[in-house]
Amino acid sequence: MTSLPDICDVLIVGSGPAGLAAAARLGEAGLDVHLLERETVAGGIPRHCGHSPYGWREFRRVMGGQTYAKRLIARATSFGAHIHTAVSVTDLGRGGRVTVSSNCGLQTVQARAVLLATGARETPRAPRFIGGTKPGGVMNTGALQSLVYLNKERPFRKPVVLGSELVSVSAVLTCRHARAKPLAMIEANERPTTRRAATWLPRALGTPLLLSTQIEAIHGRTWVEGVTLTSGERRWNVECDGVVVTGAFRPENALLRTTELEVDPRTQGPVVDQYGRCSDPAYFAAGNLLRPVETAPWCWNEGRMVASAIISALAGGLPDPSLSEPVLAGYPGVAWHLPQRISPNSSAPALENVQIGLARSMAATVRYGQASANLRSKPARRILLPLPDGGVDLKFEETL
Amino acid sequence: MPESGQPISFDVTVIGAGVVGCAIARKYTLLGARVLLLEKAPDALDGASKANSAILHTGFDAPVGSIELSCIQEGYRQYEQIHAKLNLPLDRCGAMVLAWTAEQESRLPDLMEQARTNSVGDVALLSREQVLAREPELASTVRAGFIVPREALIDPWSAPHSYLSQALVNGATFRRNTEVLSGSFDGNAWMLETTTGPVHSTRVINAAGLYGDIVDQRLIGRSDFDIRPRKGQFVVFDKTAARLARHILLPVPTETTKGIVVCRTVWGNLLVGPTAEEQQDRINANLDSETLEMLREKATEILPALANEDVTTTYAGLRPACGDKEYHIRRHPENMITVGAIRSTGLSAALGIAEYIARLDETPWPPLPEPEWPAMPMLAEDQTRDWQTAGNGGILCHCERVTRREVEAAMSGPNAAQSLAGLKRRTRVTMGRCQGFYCSGALQEMTAKCLKPESTE
Ligand SMILES: Cc1cc2nc3c(=O)[nH]c(=O)nc-3n(C[C@H](O)[C@H](O)[C@H](O)COP(=O)(O)OP(=O)(O)OC[C@H]3O[C@@H](n4cnc5c(N)ncnc54)[C@H](O)[C@@H]3O)c2cc1C
Ligand SMILES: Cc1cc2nc3c(=O)[nH]c(=O)nc-3n(C[C@H](O)[C@H](O)[C@H](O)COP(=O)(O)OP(=O)(O)OC[C@H]3O[C@@H](n4cnc5c(N)ncnc54)[C@H](O)[C@@H]3O)c2cc1C
Repeated sequence: MTSLPDICDVLIVGSGPAGLAAAARLGEAGLDVHLLERETVAGGIPRHCGHSPYGWREFRRVMGGQTYAKRLIARATSFGAHIHTAVSVTDLGRGGRVTVSSNCGLQTVQARAVLLATGARETPRAPRFIGGTKPGGVMNTGALQSLVYLNKERPFRKPVVLGSELVSVSAVLTCRHARAKPLAMIEANERPTTRRAATWLPRALGTPLLLSTQIEAIHGRTWVEGVTLTSGERRWNVECDGVVVTGAFRPENALLRTTELEVDPRTQGPVVDQYGRCSDPAYFAAGNLLRPVETAPWCWNEGRMVASAIISALAGGLPDPSLSEPVLAGYPGVAWHLPQRISPNSSAPALENVQIGLARSMAATVRYGQASANLRSKPARRILLPLPDGGVDLKFEETL
Repeated sequence: MPESGQPISFDVTVIGAGVVGCAIARKYTLLGARVLLLEKAPDALDGASKANSAILHTGFDAPVGSIELSCIQEGYRQYEQIHAKLNLPLDRCGAMVLAWTAEQESRLPDLMEQARTNSVGDVALLSREQVLAREPELASTVRAGFIVPREALIDPWSAPHSYLSQALVNGATFRRNTEVLSGSFDGNAWMLETTTGPVHSTRVINAAGLYGDIVDQRLIGRSDFDIRPRKGQFVVFDKTAARLARHILLPVPTETTKGIVVCRTVWGNLLVGPTAEEQQDRINANLDSETLEMLREKATEILPALANEDVTTTYAGLRPACGDKEYHIRRHPENMITVGAIRSTGLSAALGIAEYIARLDETPWPPLPEPEWPAMPMLAEDQTRDWQTAGNGGILCHCERVTRREVEAAMSGPNAAQSLAGLKRRTRVTMGRCQGFYCSGALQEMTAKCLKPESTE
């Protein structure tokens, strides 16, 4: 590992699929690229995700997350990107002046452009206001995976899994890998969040999906001994030795919250234009930091696309950011949209569509400018609309 | 543990390593006694002292003329004196008592009068405009208030840990996982039966917190108080919320409770709580979602901008309360002192309580001429932290910026953490916004050899 430079062309924060994909492309373009990762090993979330499917889009091969992460790292390094691990970015200064903390203490690096790719994480137990005691054995899927796949631990035998998102299926698979049998998947809503097809797998493995059910309380003094579940009028206790609290992803935006970069309260990520460019044009963002939450190949592609925009920006090929206009989508049931701004089109956009997240099922016609599009979707599905030419207010007309 | 059947002999044995027991162990050690501190849990601060609001009180609202008041004020004075030497934070942010109704407003003068009677003379009445000028994020429905400039914030764990550490580096003995079961006094000294063997000691001090009455019964067969645990639940908001309040925001108190407080923590969060709920259980402080929701709403009524802030964590603690409103500090003829029912001000009063009982007692030993002053790791957000200095080993817990060097340090030395809970209280690992999503694996790897695994197996 080389030591940190004082100045460089591009600094990338975060070594998940988005950051690594961008590092490869920027390195290939001959730029001096430094990628900073706060963990001791690069790779982002796939690094501790022992199971498939990763890699089909990127390498035309299905592989586990750990192999996938290694291949992304190898590719970025082969293109000359420098990867620094155990380096935490602690402050984002105006114009690309970044402060980092490492074993060397504090340092600053001045970059011509900075790509933020810090990803997303799950919502832990506390903000969900689950009652009861606070014993060990309650964890997110991310923590479970690092214990199981990296440390080869077996944290519990018979946990319950809270949530029914894709990552909840991942939690069940991880439990199975640790020879633990989840007693149930618990979902507060009437329907699973992920497609029904995905919940087939846990059921085939013997884990029932309890819909319209909540965890009222967790019991145990030092370690989980059980949970109280409620469903309508019904309330019952289940003995278990772990609770995996899954999903409800939120961008890892801690860094943004103490800087001047504009943050979108709905995505909780930075406000960007179609080039992935933030309110300070020295900063760009890609991957799950932009919104909760997409799959690895999507983030990987976004990293590459925004890297291309950075290459244009450094060559003076992006429009003046002060000319950008807002994209609005303030309709009840629309949880978030991306990008939040449109700059005049000069080179190919990095975000090729307007992305929309719904808080409920919806069928609607969306009109903007001269264009219109139809959408019919459930929450937590990817919705893509054509990118407008300039600032617009998306008008939703619900159809039945 | 004693190697042979022969128990070691101590001048003073303190039962219970809560904040009170730690302060007393320190006091007697500095006075020159051979001190033993016994704790039934795997680590210190596992009882009432594990969860509180972390306010260093001036005593402005304490019962007039009480022992509690004098201990709080002596505790405050001593903390001010020693905090720099022990590297402990002290944020003199001041408190504001706020009135939201006409009835509450009418009670402000009496409360200020009580403060003056309690020698807290620097309180000052504030009009609505003056309140809002000092706290612009407050809901504009506030009517008036008064300021208590010297109310302060401290670290509720590094303070007692420093008392314990100073006792240990100056010769005291700390025995954990050791519950006192019974004892006999032969007219000169005590023989205590514990879960790790017998202990011989000239004097005994019962600082067993939530078990104070039970330990009295076990040792002298009587107790003049009954502990009635009173639970307090809290909601903690993310660090970005801390900018919303400069002062400790207090309500006008009611008969039973000081009421729900909104204040920062020295770690840079914002907390709201506690509730006051009586219960039988002395061990479990259960959270319940309705109460937590109520606290969030309450906090948002006081500081509307909290509606956009994330919750980092929730917790609950148990006050060792009893029927009345006074500490139960008793000197028994059996060479024993009980320090009971240190209900809701023990963090502030601990050093004062230690002073008070040392004066009750004869202390025939020569005081330590030049005691050592161990410096505690500084965890307060506004001070220089380890992650900002070289050689820290890198950050392990990213949300709270806890370094590998800090974690290693907390697992070594005479007061080394022996449980994950103890490690958290010493370093704050996994106590930030992600609650372990990122660092659980790395932490487990680092601690596997040193900490007792917490699992059912
Ligand atoms: C349990 C789980 C299972 C999953 N399973 C699949 C699957 O099977 N298939 C699939 O396609 N997708 C899966 N996903 C989703 C996929 O892993 C993510 O979409 C992808 O990793 C997101 O990439 P990213 O680059 O945006 O961020 P991440 O992979 O989250 O990487 C972000 C990196 O930034 C670093 N970082 C953050 N802040 C800082 C800072 N201040 N300084 C330095 N570094 C910082 C972090 O340490 C992290 O390494 C899964 C996700 C989870 C949580
Ligand atoms: C919600 C809440 C908010 C509070 N806020 C504040 C505040 O802002 N400021 C303030 O000054 N105070 C505050 N307090 C009060 C303060 O926390 C308590 O007064 C203090 O912690 C009491 O400490 P203790 O040492 O008496 O008891 P404990 O901490 O309970 O210590 C007693 C110890 O004795 C051990 N023990 C018990 N029985 C035995 C046995 N048989 N053998 C061996 N060991 C035994 C226990 O395990 C325990 O560790 C608050 C309290 C609560 C609950």
